[in-house]
Amino acid sequence: MDAVLSQYIDPYFLRIILIIGINIILALGLNLITGVTGQLSMGHAGFMSLGAYTSAILTMNYGVAFPTALLGGSLVAALFGFFIGLPTLRLQGDYLAMVTIGFAEIIRVFFLNFEPGGKAVGLSGIPQETTFLTVWGLVAVAVFLNARLLSSRTGRAFYAIREDEIAAESCGVNTTRLKVTAFVLGSFLGGLGGGLYAHYMFYIDPQVFNFTKSIELLNMVVLGGMGSIPGTILGAVLLTILPELLRVVAEYRLMFYGALLVILMIFRPNGLLGDVRIYDLKKRWGLGKNK
Amino acid sequence: MLQINEIEVYYGAIHALKKMSFEVEQGNIVTLIGANGAGKTTTLKTISGLLRPKNGSIIFNNQDITKTAPEKIVDLGISQVPEGRRVFSTMSVMENLEMGAYLRRDKKGIADDIENVFTRFPRLKERQKQMAGTLSGGEQQMLAIGRALMARPTLMLMDEPSMGLAPLLVKEIFSIIKEINERGTTILLVEQNAHMALSIAHQAYVIETGEIVLSGTAQELLNSDEVKKAYLGG
Ligand SMILES: Nc1ncnc2c1ncn2[C@@H]1O[C@H](COP(=O)(O)OP(=O)(O)OP(=O)(O)O)[C@@H](O)[C@H]1O
Ligand SMILES: [Mg+2]
Repeated sequence: MDAVLSQYIDPYFLRIILIIGINIILALGLNLITGVTGQLSMGHAGFMSLGAYTSAILTMNYGVAFPTALLGGSLVAALFGFFIGLPTLRLQGDYLAMVTIGFAEIIRVFFLNFEPGGKAVGLSGIPQETTFLTVWGLVAVAVFLNARLLSSRTGRAFYAIREDEIAAESCGVNTTRLKVTAFVLGSFLGGLGGGLYAHYMFYIDPQVFNFTKSIELLNMVVLGGMGSIPGTILGAVLLTILPELLRVVAEYRLMFYGALLVILMIFRPNGLLGDVRIYDLKKRWGLGKNK
Repeated sequence: MLQINEIEVYYGAIHALKKMSFEVEQGNIVTLIGANGAGKTTTLKTISGLLRPKNGSIIFNNQDITKTAPEKIVDLGISQVPEGRRVFSTMSVMENLEMGAYLRRDKKGIADDIENVFTRFPRLKERQKQMAGTLSGGEQQMLAIGRALMARPTLMLMDEPSMGLAPLLVKEIFSIIKEINERGTTILLVEQNAHMALSIAHQAYVIETGEIVLSGTAQELLNSDEVKKAYLGG
């Protein structure tokens, strides 16, 4: 399939389209945590690296089949998501952001010293198993499941937690459970994106999953519109293409992302698409029956 | 229906409720009046499970709910209209009402109750697609009440529903509370507006720095010199 595609599409574009897909999966995960449920996470790259390393080590050292390794990496990330999700029950806003930054840093330093992961040098020669079809197939599944979840009763409760936790609780929402659930699901997608990334790039090292990467992912969620699936997709597309167009800014990425966040907060606090949820679009376009 | 027995609540070192005891009888409007910081909100949050008392017990319909989780308490029939309304501002009026019925599964019953809320608050019906954050203060209060009703409570806790509303609206809100009570919902009403609260309540308690200092029928408290002096402006 990829060989066929590369006859028609420039490999450079093919590569960008593939990375867009991976970023959409990563950003959809973060969107669940931060955009939908309102728990500010600035360490999504940490989950990504867990998925990347776990799956790469599984395929390279243990001969595990790619799909199983991918699942393994996602599950490890989800497990960590569970433990990072627990403090969110007590922490809010800035404090939670700090915990998540700290978590991602700890993971990064861990892999810097992790023998099986090649320490600072990283892992190379990871089998290139990630294909165009795998990525976009998984994007389709992730979008579909996200849309299902967010238009469900539980999805509504996620938004309610973001809007007002106390009010959500007084409506009978088990905020404890749902906040941890959002973290687990979001980090699962983070791990999945990481595994896909590792098996596309041949090569990973701890620097790939640094703070800048977390902020880049956060920007995708904020840019398109917190909590909105179409918004998150748009954010992922724009922020994958934009840095490619502006190669010059590569050195100043973090500055660029920081500035982008500030500009957005001033001019479009709700993101480009505002809070457009799939079920709003359905209503607007009169598709399907409203739940 | 509800018995509060010597509950003690702390915020860290701050002793917010001190051996507080009182009772809410089925079918009544019971009001808890007191000044800023007296502990009214703390009392309601403790009943609804958002805060845990260090000592003491809370009994609802002969069941000890002192350590029950908030969502279970809603399920048992206690719902609350929180202080400052707290509507879900980027959700529509309709979605807010649906959130109120979060624990219910009976689609038909929910639809009926939404209709009932709309009959009671026609203004909400007109604005059902509007985002709750763009409603006026009074409309938001109506929505908060409507949302609490959607849980089909047998006991409704209301925290200063008159806060920040114009006198005419305050009157309207209080007559709605009275009507809700007449249809069979017991109400525990926390208020700073002592005059209004006492005018619709059956039973009343006065709370000062975390303690009940006075209690009686609403009529008794209306006529009490202490209450007149401290809460009714002479
Ligand atoms: N989260 C908190 N942390 C620390 N102290 C608190 C907290 N919430 C309330 N208190 C303190 O507990 C006491 C009772 O507060 P509470 O909110 O119950 O008063 P209230 O009677 O509802 O007042 P108001 O009429 O102003 O709403 C106050 O002294 C307040 O400062
Ligand atoms: Mg209060």
